[in-house]
Amino acid sequence: MPTTPMLTKGWADPESWTLESARRRGGYTALTKALTTMEPDEVIAEVKASNLRGRGGAGFATGMKWGFIPQGDDKPHYLVVNADESEPGTCRDVPLMLADPHLLLEGIVITCYAVRAERAFIYVRGEVPHVIRRLHAAVEEAYAAGYFGSDILGTGVTVDVLIHAGAGAYICGEETALLDSLEGFRGQPRLKPPFPATHGLYGSPTVVNNVGTIASVPAIINDGAAAFAAIGPEKSPGTSIFSLSGRVTRPGQYEAPMGTTLRELLDMAGGMRDGRELKFWTPGGSSTPMLTAEHLDLPLDFDSVAAAGSLNGTSALMIFDETDCVVRATWKWTEFYAHESCGKCTPCREGTYWMVRILDRLEHGTGTEEDIETLLDTCDNIFGRAFCALGDGATSPIVSSIQYFRDEYIAHYEQGGCPLARSLVGAGAGDGR
Amino acid sequence: MITDRTRAEMEQIVARYPEGRGRSALLPMLHLVQAEEGYVSPDGVALCADVLGLTKAEVTAVATFYTMFKRRPTGEHIVSVCTNTLCALMGGDDVYAAVSRRLGVGHDETTSGDGTPLTLEHAECLAACDYAPVLTVDYEYFDQVSPESAVEIVEALQRGDKPTPTRGAPLSSFRDTERLLAGFPDPRPDVISAPTAGEPSLAGLAHAEEK
Repeated sequence: MPTTPMLTKGWADPESWTLESARRRGGYTALTKALTTMEPDEVIAEVKASNLRGRGGAGFATGMKWGFIPQGDDKPHYLVVNADESEPGTCRDVPLMLADPHLLLEGIVITCYAVRAERAFIYVRGEVPHVIRRLHAAVEEAYAAGYFGSDILGTGVTVDVLIHAGAGAYICGEETALLDSLEGFRGQPRLKPPFPATHGLYGSPTVVNNVGTIASVPAIINDGAAAFAAIGPEKSPGTSIFSLSGRVTRPGQYEAPMGTTLRELLDMAGGMRDGRELKFWTPGGSSTPMLTAEHLDLPLDFDSVAAAGSLNGTSALMIFDETDCVVRATWKWTEFYAHESCGKCTPCREGTYWMVRILDRLEHGTGTEEDIETLLDTCDNIFGRAFCALGDGATSPIVSSIQYFRDEYIAHYEQGGCPLARSLVGAGAGDGR
Repeated sequence: MITDRTRAEMEQIVARYPEGRGRSALLPMLHLVQAEEGYVSPDGVALCADVLGLTKAEVTAVATFYTMFKRRPTGEHIVSVCTNTLCALMGGDDVYAAVSRRLGVGHDETTSGDGTPLTLEHAECLAACDYAPVLTVDYEYFDQVSPESAVEIVEALQRGDKPTPTRGAPLSSFRDTERLLAGFPDPRPDVISAPTAGEPSLAGLAHAEEK
């Protein structure tokens, strides 16, 4: 399978995070091309024609999102980069920003130019100080080189960028919660509509894009929309960084065309670890319903994964084998959602709280058959009834694990404990939270 | 300690944001409070409120929402063990249990007695799943740890040593990290080139180059 890295191409270069290194691989040529030879609307049209879809999880068409920004209004426009990477399993924006921060910065200037924004914010999760160091250094270099500030490259275009650290809240990956957090409030989602495109940061038109989305823009400008659109499936093109973690021989970041299958990715990663069997896996983080070995040949793109009853999400493949207990996995994920539920809406706040308790007793062998139905009923009362996607996401591991592994749930209460507990330490650790 | 310099630095943070949007500075200001006090102290809350023209209740409402803002004094270092599903099943639960037993403290607790004080927490996903199981010290990555290697790390920290993170800058302290998160660049020379891309980060690239 042809794999020409676009997003990861510079990651192994010496001092890849420096401007000098970025320039050696063509860094900032797309910025120059866009600002000196294209009108802002042409940039938007090019991104629309590329069919680039947002890499943050929802897969919304990026060019269309940019097109929603009203023009000729008298309000300032903003670009907010969502670098709050916190979805369990997702670990590709952090290495991207560590290895090639200039690729992100170049995309930011081009995006700001297209949507007529003069200020950009990078909202980066707080737990990654070294990312923040690299971004600080890259921003300083980029300003000194004239890629930021006023009158960029003599074009009269102004773009300023600020690195803003979050403080540990998964919910802030939700775009409107992120905006509230950036405004100095508790990070709780806003009612939509109105959408950020018209009422975003400080009530002004705002584009919120994920790191991977913005970092894909320079290649589209340099190589043209057609070249980008030709990679992978027509309606879901381009490359994606697939993050493989768990029971594989060589876990890591694998950039491949959208539509690549798990079978192909496993082949790249040296297969399952120790010759074990694939049991369950997530196509795009814990909020995407889990899949099994029957989905090895499913093309991993937004439409194909949705058609199979899951979501492409963030291309974060957490891979588990037959030694892993699906009930334990689901219990721990549910603890996560309960911890991260922002408390704004009742179904999510109360639902996740109770589901943790039910899963706890199921995992530890004191559950009942009725518990399984109670879980499904609770999920039914959360899904589609929560204020934002966090609640929906919380139901994904539960509903999908019961769908595929109901027998394993039953075995837990029939055998009075986890049939897969590997060791006393492993089975009991971390329970005292 | 909260001083006049803290107030001046808070005003610098406010100035980074658009005119009239000073409240955006609140999260970085709270990080600065932690850099000075080791946690979100009552004095720090009062100063944030004063600088931004908010009530102390409004500031506290924000501070208590975010996991990284600590409500009790922390130790010299903060040790965060990922116990989200992927890390947990790859050994993270055992790592947490071993470290907790060795330090004699649980989640969000700080050691007392001999040695450098450490705060322990179990963390949600730290965005390093391809290096599982991971822990961080002052949010710098220690990758692919085991219960044994993790205990060695915390024992070294207690002795006053600073073990070298697998990825990220050499350790300083929780407070110094918090100063960086407040938006003040790390003043140490050369920290920028500390290693970051381990084998998993480059696995796909290595495979592509083979082809």
